[in-house]
Amino acid sequence: MSKRKTERLLGLVVCLLSTRRYLTAEQIRDAVPGYPEQDDLFKRMFERDKEDLRDLGVPLETGVNHPFDDDRGYRIRQQAYELPELRLEADEAAVLGLAARVWRRAELAGAAAGALLKLRAAGIDADPKTLDEHSPVPQGIEPRLGTPEPAFGPLWEAVRDRRPVTFSYRAAGRSDPQRRELEPWGVVNRHGRWYVAGWDRGRNATRVFRLGRIAGPVKFCGPSGRVTVPDGVDVRELVRDWDSAPAQEHTALLRVRTGAGVGLRRHAVSVRPDDTAEGWDLVTTRFGDLGWFADYVAWFGSDAVVLDPPDLREAVIRHLKGVLA
Amino acid sequence: MSALVTSTGRLQRLLALVPYVMSRKSVGLAETAAAFGVSERELVDDLNLLWCVELRAPDPYCPIDLSYEGGEIVVSQAESMGRPLRLAVDEASALLVALRMLVEVPGLEDRSALSRLIAKLEAAAGEAASVSAQVAVQVDIPDEGAERYAAQIRAALSAGRRLHLRYYVPGRDEATERDVDPMRLHIVEGRPYLEGWCLRAEGMRLFRLDRVLSLDVLDVPAAPPPEAQPVDIDQGLFRPSPDDVPVVLELSPAGRWVAEYYPCESVADLEDGRLRVVLRTPDTGWVRRLALRLGEDGRVISPPSLVADIREAATAALTNYVI
Repeated sequence: MSKRKTERLLGLVVCLLSTRRYLTAEQIRDAVPGYPEQDDLFKRMFERDKEDLRDLGVPLETGVNHPFDDDRGYRIRQQAYELPELRLEADEAAVLGLAARVWRRAELAGAAAGALLKLRAAGIDADPKTLDEHSPVPQGIEPRLGTPEPAFGPLWEAVRDRRPVTFSYRAAGRSDPQRRELEPWGVVNRHGRWYVAGWDRGRNATRVFRLGRIAGPVKFCGPSGRVTVPDGVDVRELVRDWDSAPAQEHTALLRVRTGAGVGLRRHAVSVRPDDTAEGWDLVTTRFGDLGWFADYVAWFGSDAVVLDPPDLREAVIRHLKGVLA
Repeated sequence: MSALVTSTGRLQRLLALVPYVMSRKSVGLAETAAAFGVSERELVDDLNLLWCVELRAPDPYCPIDLSYEGGEIVVSQAESMGRPLRLAVDEASALLVALRMLVEVPGLEDRSALSRLIAKLEAAAGEAASVSAQVAVQVDIPDEGAERYAAQIRAALSAGRRLHLRYYVPGRDEATERDVDPMRLHIVEGRPYLEGWCLRAEGMRLFRLDRVLSLDVLDVPAAPPPEAQPVDIDQGLFRPSPDDVPVVLELSPAGRWVAEYYPCESVADLEDGRLRVVLRTPDTGWVRRLALRLGEDGRVISPPSLVADIREAATAALTNYVI
């Protein structure tokens, strides 16, 4: 069954590639073996075959040979079908193999392998074993991209096909997920996490969502081509702005036990011994968000004490009491 | 494997097979089978199928002529199938996104091959390349230090030298000193890691570059023992051992980030957006710190000894504020 279908599809591709004229469905049935006699069966099978070829990226064209022809015909223009001529230097071919390995086990791994196969078919050698000596990327560098978020697949398709989507989203710190309708503009990986940026139809505003916080399935809610990415939109920038930590415009003074609080000392402005308390240092450091920094100081337990500012000191005390509550 | 290949999947292979052979004039069966990831038998089936393709109208003819006598494949006629199909959007995007990510990898001396390849692929993919601009990967370069460390590691890798690290372990709030024989520099999930044989731990370890406090390339050759085998990072970076202690934590909506940040053995939804997670760890010390950091947003439920530790630690910390 499956072999017959492969034969038929292959015949269809060869047939349409070798014609300059548009061939009608009837002419195709005559030329390509494997189609049934009954008209309705043929019609259904032919529709499915066309769909399959388009899914593979075969550029199937429809048209008429003369303006007064009744039946539309089909052809594949060789120029639209073929991968253009492509010559790679040895160092370029070497990084190509590395790029294809980046997606191993992730959503686009199959697509990367498919691309590599086509490039090999164009005469390019991307075998890592023979190419490592040419590689500008030294051996031992192995970049990897994962897509553990189930929402990645459908959102990538939505971005690719410019389709609006709907999903339920649990914003940080909220107890209930909320329904969102989004015109997705792009997906971005930042700090190892995937984000989608686009136009939130319900909020009437540009929004960024973290894929890991999408609860349940992502559904398409409109046809392909319905989303327009506005000119000048840079999805990387949108995500960077959404995710970036606030500027570190506040200064804190802490007493930190000698030999401890390595994380606090790492980014300190100054560290000096505390003359009034043996075994302690005075650490001056900068912070952005007070709540975040109070939580962070608590990580160090009894090895770090906030001396100033008072509101930070109060926040840490309140926070520690919360542990005991 | 091959039983799962769909008709269209096989068609893709067949369409690539003809130009693969033609661009190489002639090529061995074994080599071709390896390149396509199939057995020689499957390959011969493919070749027979191609050879049998027949068009009936207007006159019957066979568009493809090939032979594989003596294990060498030669395609003598292939009509218009001599070139591979152009790249699909997914295919072009997968390669271009990966290449643009590689450009950002810290510690590369020469990025010109990458830029040249990106330009060539964009040109070859044409319209299919445009969507790839809507997918981006940013590699974290936590600070200039990481870029410098990556360059040092790269140099040590090619010269086969040992490294000395001062490495920050937040869970123990320690700056550790260790000698490491470097094996690989990974970029996993956009974050750079050094993988190597740690002489102090006598085992393979992964080190996050943003936690390296200082790094020196030693004048000592790296000599990892035979048992130093690379970690299969595709299985995940952190693999808990069965001996690890299970810790049960309840998180408020504001504490849910824990489940995103740390690998959890299980995550269960409770009422009101709360979560119950189970972590496994060989060292509960960092969970104590995590609980202090979470405050009201996270509560350790078990083991009971850890619950007591946390109360003690919070009480001790509060005592510092009583004057």
